[in-house]
Amino acid sequence: MGLEQFKNRNVGTQNYKMLDLGETPTSGMDKFKQVVQRTFKVELFIGLWVTLREMINALLRGQMHTVKYPFEKLPISPRYRAIHDMLRLLESGHYRCIGCGLCEKICISNCITMNTRYDENQRKEVSEYTINFGRCIFCGYCAEVCPELAIVHGPRYETASEQRASFSLFEDMLTPIDQLNLQKEYDGFGAVTPNADDNIKQTPLAY
Amino acid sequence: MSTVNIKIDGKEFAVKEGEYILNAARANDVFIPAICYLTRCSPTLACRLCLVEADGKQVYACNAKVKEGMEITVDTPNILEERRAIMEVYDVNHPLQCGVCDKSGECELQNYTLELGVDSQSYMIPDTKRETKNWSSVLHYDAGLCIVCERCTTVCKDMIGDAAITTAKRGGEALDKGFKDTMPKDAYAMWNKLQKSIIAPSNGTEYTNCSDCGECTAVCPVGALVSRDFQYTSNAWDLKRTPATCAHCSSGCQIYYETKPASIEDRNEKIYRVTNEWNYVSLCGAGRFGYDFENRVDGKDEKAFAAAVEAFKKADSIRFNSVISNEEALMLQALKEKMGVKLVNPDARAFQKFLSAYSQASGQSLYSFDFKEVMATDFVMSVGAALRNDNPNARYAFNNVQKMNKGAGLYFHPVGDNLVPTFGKSVEVFTHKVGLEEAALYLILDLFADTGKLPADVKEYIASFKSETTKTIKEKVMKDVTETVVDEETGEEKEISKKVPEMVEKEITVEKNGLVELLGKESDAFMDAFEKMMKKKESFSLIVGEDLYFHEKAENIAKLVALIERTSTVKVAMIPPKTNSLGVALICDLDDEAAGYTIGYNENGDFKLSALGAGDLDMPAMNQQEGTLTNMHKRVIPTNAALEYRGYELNDIMKVLIDAPKETVDWTASLPVEKGFQAVEFDSLPNGYLNDGTENRGYQLAVTLSDTGDIDVSKIDESGILEGEIVYRCNPQRQFNDFSDKAHEIFEAFGLYASPARAEALGNKVEIDFGERNIIVDVIADERMEGDIVSLSDFKSAEDVYRLFDGSRYKTVTMRKV
Repeated sequence: MGLEQFKNRNVGTQNYKMLDLGETPTSGMDKFKQVVQRTFKVELFIGLWVTLREMINALLRGQMHTVKYPFEKLPISPRYRAIHDMLRLLESGHYRCIGCGLCEKICISNCITMNTRYDENQRKEVSEYTINFGRCIFCGYCAEVCPELAIVHGPRYETASEQRASFSLFEDMLTPIDQLNLQKEYDGFGAVTPNADDNIKQTPLAY
Repeated sequence: MSTVNIKIDGKEFAVKEGEYILNAARANDVFIPAICYLTRCSPTLACRLCLVEADGKQVYACNAKVKEGMEITVDTPNILEERRAIMEVYDVNHPLQCGVCDKSGECELQNYTLELGVDSQSYMIPDTKRETKNWSSVLHYDAGLCIVCERCTTVCKDMIGDAAITTAKRGGEALDKGFKDTMPKDAYAMWNKLQKSIIAPSNGTEYTNCSDCGECTAVCPVGALVSRDFQYTSNAWDLKRTPATCAHCSSGCQIYYETKPASIEDRNEKIYRVTNEWNYVSLCGAGRFGYDFENRVDGKDEKAFAAAVEAFKKADSIRFNSVISNEEALMLQALKEKMGVKLVNPDARAFQKFLSAYSQASGQSLYSFDFKEVMATDFVMSVGAALRNDNPNARYAFNNVQKMNKGAGLYFHPVGDNLVPTFGKSVEVFTHKVGLEEAALYLILDLFADTGKLPADVKEYIASFKSETTKTIKEKVMKDVTETVVDEETGEEKEISKKVPEMVEKEITVEKNGLVELLGKESDAFMDAFEKMMKKKESFSLIVGEDLYFHEKAENIAKLVALIERTSTVKVAMIPPKTNSLGVALICDLDDEAAGYTIGYNENGDFKLSALGAGDLDMPAMNQQEGTLTNMHKRVIPTNAALEYRGYELNDIMKVLIDAPKETVDWTASLPVEKGFQAVEFDSLPNGYLNDGTENRGYQLAVTLSDTGDIDVSKIDESGILEGEIVYRCNPQRQFNDFSDKAHEIFEAFGLYASPARAEALGNKVEIDFGERNIIVDVIADERMEGDIVSLSDFKSAEDVYRLFDGSRYKTVTMRKV
């Protein structure tokens, strides 16, 4: 597409399509006529009928559309960025976080902190992990940078609490072990792309 | 030093003659990839990445020396192909655990993989299971991550001298022969070696027998070698690096304290580790692991401060040690000038006396060499220093001379040590009697002095030790033998004379050197060895240690040292006894004895200022304060505060007592210029190294020269020889003072260190009777010690070991089992 049409800045000469809106009444008499015409056309009742129909559907046919928040909640987009979740490995139930510290590093509001240590199994253990939700701006970088898809944004968008610390420890965010079967893979920031398999180059293996 | 002109990638550079291409390039900011090479150590040729083209031929930049007019190309298509193949090979089976690895991005394997654009892998081999191991109380080795570049083994051998680790068999599968034809030559050779080896303790056990300096962890390019304490506790990028100076011994090495908040709950900064510029300076175990000696206080204790001011007002003397900055020493000196207090510091006092006797005799305000210059010589001697314990960097220099300069060494010390002889083939160790240090210096005079320059009486005295004896030796002599041979063809008889070797006993006169015998060695065996040692040697250095400063005849010894310098090409470097002994000795007028009401600064006293947290008023420790130190390299070097300190410091007391500036570092510019210091502001002092290894830290003390007359030395005083049970005041390796003791990664205990045999004889605990006082200590076996002399630690000021020894380093005592 050329840019010619954008370079023509003489308003009115461009290729506009004009709407036929009729004459705008100017005199008092014309205005009065318009009001009377509109009043006695049954347009108003068409509108009222829609309301009435929905009322009947809701009250008598059980087709109520009101979401009774907070008892009912609407599903939200997988790309919505609310309070973080910490996911577990489905096979072993062990938490996915390896303590690499990338989320801590990338966090632009410096609200993630973790303690790590060398554990008995010669692995890096995350002994404590916290997000300061008073500072978190829910930008999603932590989920995007996480190499293990361990930290993700969950659907918990109600961030009002008596204490800011209420959500912020590792255990609070971690999938409860008894609800592991309910754990969903995250589709938002940082998730693998649908064509990820095609982009992988295979490494020769000797076994 | 002369320079040669070379061209790298078309650019001209003037570089040092005899330099390796790699070093020359690095000094001029030209990048040549290399993993296995360490500046100051020998090239290992393990990685082969530094392949370059010099004058049309492929050479390894790390072991090819520059030549005049050499034209070097860093990258050619063939070389790039080799390098890429090498990096691909390094990546074969390397665990993909970069996410948790302690290198956290500071990894050379990662860097070079990206630098050389390795985006696919063409090689493979089945992996071998490689176990992680804890080599010692501080070292952790993950063989899976190891790329066997051998930097650790190289630095341990060439620099540290322990040679505690070596390459061992991996037991990996043999390479497919097909690779030999298909892959680049150097990559194949490197892979072939890599696949066979792994690093392991060299003593054949699971554990290293070393000084736990941790230098191997510093040089490791990957996360294979890390400190056990640091492992998996922090990412490198989280740590704030504070350039500082190690405050444990007089070497004053440049270090970085790396800090971050202690944990989620405790947001106070904590030191996680100490790192160093390992290409230019090597740390010891105390420097690397003895970092958490800070004194944490909650705030300003006004009551204690008021009491301290009162105490200072009525003080008659101040007792302090040398773990103190130049600025603090200057404050104390100012206090002495204004208020007339006595300043007592036994270690600096002894050194001060020795230094002034030396300067008076030699006309030089300071000794000639620093230890970097010692490292550049090819013949090094050490008298009066327990090289393994007193000063790690002096030991590294001694060892490095043997390994890198094809050097030779003489080590004079009464306490037997089985590590020093392993430094090199040309190291002769004299385990002489205590009190014969003068004889050692006379021997050096005899061996090195230009007899024409020696005073007549000294010449005569040395000659009096020489005697001639006859000795029968067997010698090979070629003897003429005539034989009658019959020619087979003609039948003629012919006489043929032949030379046949024959062993003949012969009597020769040999010169017997009484000095050598006096020091406990066979004269002719030594003289033969010495002749070999002297081959192709050009520069000579002498390390002088603490024993001499605390010697009864210290003054005469200082003169002898001066005489050696005047009459020979030997240059002297001294080891100040403690951290800033040199600075204190130059800045303060010290007194011998404390009297009256005494304030102790990190020492015992009626009122105690303490950076250890046990005194009447808290003071900042060396990692919490800024200031300068004067190290044994005659440099005034800055150190910065790594951790916050909320209490009072010495300058606050000064502000009340005398007219003091606002900050401690405001004193830096007033350090005495006549003693060699410069009037420079603290903030303008640099603290780093340049790419060519130039030490760009602080400034060098100026040495002033004056004319002096003849040096009048006295004869060897054999009455000073100690016999019987002897205790030596000496710290274990990695322990220097209360601060190193406070650190949680320094495990060496206070006690009586003895050779294993002696320790067994002594039992677990002994009472040492010094005559007036006695002390009960644990006996600890030190495998590196030999002989009967035992070492009592002095790092705990509370034990007041200096007083037990009463101005000397050796004492005859009686010991009882307890």
